[in-house]
Amino acid sequence: MTYRNDPYDPKQVALLDPEALDDAVAQAEKAFGAAADPDELTSVKHLHLGDRAPVSLARREIGALPPAAKSDAGKRVNQARAAIQSSFDARLAELAKQQAQRILAEERVDVTLPWDRRPRGARHPLTTLMERVGDLFVGMGYEIAEGPEVELEWANFDALNIPPDHPARGLMDTFHVAAADEVVAATGGAAKPSGLVLRTHTSPVQARTMLTRKPPIYVVVPGRVYRTDELDATHTPVFHQVEGLVVDEGITMAHLRGTLDHFARAMFGPEARTRWRPHYFPFTEPSAEFDVWFPAHRDGPQWVEWGGCGMVNPRVLRACGIDPDRYSGFAFGMGIERTLMVRHGVGDMRELVEGDARFSRAFGMEV
Amino acid sequence: MRLGLSWLREYVDLPEGVSGADVEAALVGLGIEVDSVVDQRETVKGDLVVGRVRQIEELTGFKKPIRFCRLDIGRAEPQEVICGATNFAVGDLVPVILPGGVLPGGFEVGSRKTYGRISNGMICSARELGISDEHAGIIVFPADISAKPGDDARPVVGLDDVLFELEITPDRGYAMAVRGIGRELSHAFGVPFREAGLAGAPGATEKPAHPVIVEDTVGCDRFAARAVRGIDPNAPSPEWMTRRLTAAGIRTLGLSVDITNYLMLEYGQPMHAFDLAKLRGPLVVRRAHQGEKLTTLDGVARVLDAEDMVICDDTGPISLAAVMGGETSEVAPDTVDVLFEAAHWDPVMVGRTARRHKLFSEAAKRWERGVDPALPLVALDRAVRLLIEYAGGATDGAVLDLDHVQPPTPVILDPGLPARHIGVPYTTERVVETLTEIGCAVVANGQTLTVTPPSWRPDLTDPADLVEEVARLDGYDKVPSVLPIAPPGNGLTAQQRRRRSVARALAEGGYVEVLSYPFVGPAALEALGIDEPAVRLANPISDEEPLLRTSLLPPLLATLRRNLGRGLRDVALYEMGLIFRPRPGAGAPPEMGVERRPTDEQLAAADAVVPEQPWHVAVVLAGEADAAGWWGEGRPASWADAVEAARIALDAAGVPADRVLIRNAERAPWHPGRCAEITVDGVVVGHAGELHPAAVAGLELPRRTSAMELDLDALPAAEVTPGPRISTFPPALIDVALVVDAGVAAAEVERALVAGAGELLEAVRLFDVYTSEQLGADRKSLAYKLTFRAPDRTLTAQEAVAARDAAVAEASARVGAVLRGA
Repeated sequence: MTYRNDPYDPKQVALLDPEALDDAVAQAEKAFGAAADPDELTSVKHLHLGDRAPVSLARREIGALPPAAKSDAGKRVNQARAAIQSSFDARLAELAKQQAQRILAEERVDVTLPWDRRPRGARHPLTTLMERVGDLFVGMGYEIAEGPEVELEWANFDALNIPPDHPARGLMDTFHVAAADEVVAATGGAAKPSGLVLRTHTSPVQARTMLTRKPPIYVVVPGRVYRTDELDATHTPVFHQVEGLVVDEGITMAHLRGTLDHFARAMFGPEARTRWRPHYFPFTEPSAEFDVWFPAHRDGPQWVEWGGCGMVNPRVLRACGIDPDRYSGFAFGMGIERTLMVRHGVGDMRELVEGDARFSRAFGMEV
Repeated sequence: MRLGLSWLREYVDLPEGVSGADVEAALVGLGIEVDSVVDQRETVKGDLVVGRVRQIEELTGFKKPIRFCRLDIGRAEPQEVICGATNFAVGDLVPVILPGGVLPGGFEVGSRKTYGRISNGMICSARELGISDEHAGIIVFPADISAKPGDDARPVVGLDDVLFELEITPDRGYAMAVRGIGRELSHAFGVPFREAGLAGAPGATEKPAHPVIVEDTVGCDRFAARAVRGIDPNAPSPEWMTRRLTAAGIRTLGLSVDITNYLMLEYGQPMHAFDLAKLRGPLVVRRAHQGEKLTTLDGVARVLDAEDMVICDDTGPISLAAVMGGETSEVAPDTVDVLFEAAHWDPVMVGRTARRHKLFSEAAKRWERGVDPALPLVALDRAVRLLIEYAGGATDGAVLDLDHVQPPTPVILDPGLPARHIGVPYTTERVVETLTEIGCAVVANGQTLTVTPPSWRPDLTDPADLVEEVARLDGYDKVPSVLPIAPPGNGLTAQQRRRRSVARALAEGGYVEVLSYPFVGPAALEALGIDEPAVRLANPISDEEPLLRTSLLPPLLATLRRNLGRGLRDVALYEMGLIFRPRPGAGAPPEMGVERRPTDEQLAAADAVVPEQPWHVAVVLAGEADAAGWWGEGRPASWADAVEAARIALDAAGVPADRVLIRNAERAPWHPGRCAEITVDGVVVGHAGELHPAAVAGLELPRRTSAMELDLDALPAAEVTPGPRISTFPPALIDVALVVDAGVAAAEVERALVAGAGELLEAVRLFDVYTSEQLGADRKSLAYKLTFRAPDRTLTAQEAVAARDAAVAEASARVGAVLRGA
């Protein structure tokens, strides 16, 4: 419609009236306000901001105005359009927010639904307890030594100052390995000792360690041991011990006490205490059994037997090639089952050995 | 061993007011384990009083004589009691327990109607009071006792002692007697020790008490004997003696035998009493002949070993020396001439004999731990005097004593050694003092001490033994607490770290760790089809399971079954432990002494006999691997979970996936079509898959039970992982579906794709396996997602397609793959 606006057409320029523009803004705000969601809002947007919208048509009329009026009219149209745009934006933001909230509300779930979709695994508390003990001593500079479970009788007994006819050997309730068939056959069927046993304690690893390392020796030996006890509430033929061995210059029984005190506090809390009772072990001299006192015991603070200890018998050092005049050492050992039972209030040994998955699961990944 | 405080007081002047608990603490502090402390006063609860019989009314018409008695118990009214015994008369003093009292064994005494009368209490026999086995009648007190009616009867019947049940360590033979415990208490309380009657026993006479020949003075280094003739065979043992024997848990067997047992308890010297009339000719002490027979006192006919020592007369062996006497020469109720024997035997010999014949008599326990060789004559003298005192008869004064005992060997002790090994600054004076206190003779010899142990301490042979005695007597509680500083260590070994990683990975993968016994039996092995040599135990817990596992699976499957039997349904377990592989033909380890370190050759030869014991890890699983729930269906555990467990373990063990090769294999106990053999660098390290249906049925496991086992020690050491180069350019993703013969392994196809695609291939993932009639029965389609990426540029479509084509071409060449839809 590009023609000279010579004969001034009041109808055409009416679009530029302030009232008309105000009305357009009002109409737009009303329409936007009526939109219920962003989609609806968007669907009415062109009516108020599109090419055929009143403000857009008004803008086209500006060119027909006399130059003096153009600036004024242009300003008015722009203001109206900006107002509509701003109204749209505000409404869109509001509706988007409402919609987001509605979706979030709709997407609400019951988070108390059971979450055990993946079956839970666990480690056995005896293993994790052995690792924990190992870590404590590794942190002190010790290393973890290991040895075979089917062991030379020599390492299990002789090297530890338990000669074949020693009463202590009888007290150990040893599993003996049968001689191989061909050995028995070669001797005319006579029962012949194999020279092998299931180790009755972790102490043969002491011997193996001293045979293969030179002092200073600082090791702990967690491991599985065997005695011919029937399984009941307090006994099991297969159990676990942890053993400590230190051989160095100038080692005294005071070092043994310091180590056990530290160990007891690490296992049973900072208030734990130890005490010794003289005892007899062939591989240590002097020897003691030791008790630990701790406040968190299931039946109240009390002393409980924990293990055995002593100064390495010089005879053992000699059998393992270490000069007893230069070096001295201490050794200690305790049952892992017993430690676990005391520390965690487990009342029946059978629960530790039967392999019921519920038992391990109760402890999870750590003890 | 059970001893009473009253007996101990005869040897040591314990302060007045020392309680049972004080004595217990003192003994424990000195290394004598106290199993229990029994205050006899508390074994009978309620009123146990002395009563005087005032009136006896014989009730008739019952099957046995019944007495209705009225007793003066110091109260206004007489106590009326029914009694079935008849060994008492009006005027006698007797023990009466009143209603409300409880006898040993928990028998509660009340007022009750019996035999038509009300009985308010009970007159007691010795057995009812737990004092001895005597139950022929009730206890009648001697008329001259000082107790009055109504007084507590406990001290009168002898229920006023405190008994200690003691556990003696194998090194302290001397402590298996009142004499030894008394000595220990004298140390603990710092009071004098009395060697009651240990001096002045008459020595050997020219004429022996009986002709004896000791042929083996190693097995028997001292043999002494004395005779008493003409005793009253019916003389009973004195009440104080039977009371102490009963308290110690030793049966009374007649005066002569009771005396030997009594002196064994008091001195620690086991003895034997022969009936002289039954001995034929001189006694000969010698080793038994192999196969010789002897019926011991327990009625068992025993076949003797050439190492056993026997005492013989002309008829052959009459006693298994030091362990148990024989039937033929034993004193009997009609014995009038007694020969007491007190000898000293080789502890090693006795220990072996006791073990060989499974005869752990009280005597054997003492011999094995060491008996004071200075005791025989002392014990004999006391035995003779006791027997004459209580049974009459006479001794001719003849004493036999064949003494070959070697004196104790002195120990040279550096007086500074106790301080250096204990960490307490003992002075030389303190060292000498403690050693003297335990009976050693200590002589200063320049810088050292010459310490001669007393005859009762054969355990003191080394300086370390003396160090212990110093520390023990001075008190272990005086040892200070000092933490030693270890040199820097190397932390866990690679193997130890690996085992922890694998364990943790499996636990996080849903497996629960268990620790099964390693014992297996032929039945389980047969069910699983496992047939390989195994280490056999000579003395298994169960004869059904005499073997050690060669695989973790048999015991682990038993644990699985136990879990299922307890109502668990979905169970996934893992176990890590040693398995045991025998070394056939390895023979026996060489003899190795302990005087010095064995040579490396000896140690190597010995270790060559020790079975191989590698660390294995295994899993077993049954039921659902993923649970059903509100999220949908569950997924049954299958062979694939077992194979995945192997991958998890290998990954955690630090074995790169590209060195792992998995292929179908057949191996027990797995399903022949569902068993994966797992190799690393071409070495078989384990197997995984579903168990053989026959094994599953044989072990009564759920169908499709699956398992995996790996030899952790067979895995190569983890290497230092080179850092990867991460490309930040975009990937090109192309899917291909390849049709191959059904028998072609997916892993083969994947390897071909990887080889053909070249360096641009970043990842290949099989996302679908598809079969259909259209493809044909023996064909399958494998759909892969290929990810290509270059390190230095964005790939063009042409480059990616070319790489894909190369990959497909290689698959085609290697396994005849055809691109589907092409």
